[in-house]
Amino acid sequence: MNLFKISLAYIYRRKLNTLLNMLLLGLGTGIVVVLLLFGEQFEENLHRNVQNIDVVVGAKGSPLQLILSSVFHVDVPTGNIPLLEARELAKNRAVAQAIPLALGDNYRGYRIVGTTSEYARHYRAELVDGSFWDAPYQVVIGAQVASVTGLALGDEIISSHGLTAETASDQHESQPFRVVGVLQPTGSIIDRLLLTSVETVWLVHEPHEEEGEGDGQDHHMESHTDEDSARDILGLPMDSEIDAEREVTSLLIRYRSPIAAVSFPRYVNKETKFQAASPAFETTRLFVLLGVGLEVVRVFGGVLVFAATLSIFVALYNAMKDRRYDLAMMRALGASRGKLFFQVLLEGVLLTLMGTGLGFVLGHASTEVIGAWVREAQHINLTGWIILSDEFWLIGLALVLGSVSALIPALQVYRTDVAQTLVEVA
Amino acid sequence: MFELKHVGHVYGSRLVLDLPEYIEANPGEKWLLHGPSGSGKTTLLHIIAGLLKPSQGSVHIAEQDIYALTETARDRFRGQRIGIVFQQFHLLPVFTVLENLLMAHYMAGVQQDKTHVQQVLATLGLAGREYAYPSELSFGQQQRVAIARAVINRPQLLLADEPTSGLDDTRSEQVLDLLVSSAREVQATLVVASHDHRITDSFDHCITLDEQVELPA
Repeated sequence: MNLFKISLAYIYRRKLNTLLNMLLLGLGTGIVVVLLLFGEQFEENLHRNVQNIDVVVGAKGSPLQLILSSVFHVDVPTGNIPLLEARELAKNRAVAQAIPLALGDNYRGYRIVGTTSEYARHYRAELVDGSFWDAPYQVVIGAQVASVTGLALGDEIISSHGLTAETASDQHESQPFRVVGVLQPTGSIIDRLLLTSVETVWLVHEPHEEEGEGDGQDHHMESHTDEDSARDILGLPMDSEIDAEREVTSLLIRYRSPIAAVSFPRYVNKETKFQAASPAFETTRLFVLLGVGLEVVRVFGGVLVFAATLSIFVALYNAMKDRRYDLAMMRALGASRGKLFFQVLLEGVLLTLMGTGLGFVLGHASTEVIGAWVREAQHINLTGWIILSDEFWLIGLALVLGSVSALIPALQVYRTDVAQTLVEVA
Repeated sequence: MFELKHVGHVYGSRLVLDLPEYIEANPGEKWLLHGPSGSGKTTLLHIIAGLLKPSQGSVHIAEQDIYALTETARDRFRGQRIGIVFQQFHLLPVFTVLENLLMAHYMAGVQQDKTHVQQVLATLGLAGREYAYPSELSFGQQQRVAIARAVINRPQLLLADEPTSGLDDTRSEQVLDLLVSSAREVQATLVVASHDHRITDSFDHCITLDEQVELPA
């Protein structure tokens, strides 16, 4: 016999009630666990996508929209910026690297991004198969695109205009894209993209590519396929004839030194027709916006935990009434008030530990289930199979809740007059 | 073995026990607390057991003034030196017979000894019932478990409250024999509180209590 065994025996005695309380507390802490896992991994995902991008320059509009469209690829762009001016900006002393993006098309909901191979290098996405493009209408596909669509090297695809499968109205029937490379999984946004050269995007969208202007089309095809044509600072071909008409969507910029973080955005926003948006800042802003929703869920979880604590208190309170002769007998057998006080406290703590244990399992399992479902549809890699250091707080929480819920019943037991109780029966 | 010095107890404004004599009991003696119901037998039993501090007087057990001890020390003292058989037995329903007896070891802070428990159970004719729950036992078996639990720590004092109430002649004789032999086995002084006239002959000493009258306001 020991206090642990005694407490378990009494907990087991009230099976149904114990089950109810465990479930109540399990749901409450489960929600908290899901929030922890969700928040942590969501944030981690966002940060992986903004890694080393100090600032994004694009057309004026909402800075959050610019970040969402050019970094996370979940929104439509704010517009385009002229190539010539983008080129000038890239030459700015503050800029260490500028990667151009040209958006506009999708394939079955996956975005086709016109860029340079620097973009893949930025996300440390190595090719697992094939090579990067050396001509227009060649694409390199992200790992998730490959696994979901089943595309492989040499396959041809028809792109749709627009950025999502739903909004895509017309397909570009003119020229199919050919898959020339497949990237390894990185856990970042690039897994969900199809990369091609900026020239390809230009070709797809240039007005004189319309049927009937065969001459022009030939001319441009020629100029862009030319390996030796001069490249600008962005890694794009220079073609003095039509560069002035050309546009890119945005530039992902890395600073030469941290000091630029102060002066460069101010310069861009004031002196040019563009805007500069900081991914880190906008991501934080996004969290503040999302925070309200998460707060509601968290409060809900808190309410459940509170209700569970109350319910455990009531259960113990009633149990002590039923058990007063047992407790008096234990005193008669030599147990001190303190010993019985701790027995009741231990019972409360064991109950809450079991409840939070259940919550821990429920939280991780449901996160994994949600994660498995979301992994396909959303931009988040979510798993339930990790344990966060924050979760060790749960053990502390269980100890506190158990002690709190058992405190009054335990005090009651502590104060019980043994002889009085025993006389009551007789 | 125990000494009672002018013990009296007042509950609220009601005098529930008044025992002005000096009483001394020696080891191995058999004492009967006799009197009608309401005369304070159970109160006196609880006072001797160290469960109820009397309003006046003192109780010495094995030379120790038990109400001079701290409550925790008194609990420990009771657990190790006094065995009590309550009228309602108060076996713990969620534990087996074996666990109920080990509980007596544990609560008294002595080494838990399964072999000793088995021996005591066998002596009381309960061999083979170790893993039964109290609710699965007959009334007689429950009473024997309660006696076994009271003597398991080899007490110097064995107390029993109304052990024969509601029993027929044969059974009440059996229970009394069991208490007497169990007390002799561990050389304990036996104190039985009872209003049962049938059993008076089995004791060598008797404290007779009278019904108490209301205190003058």
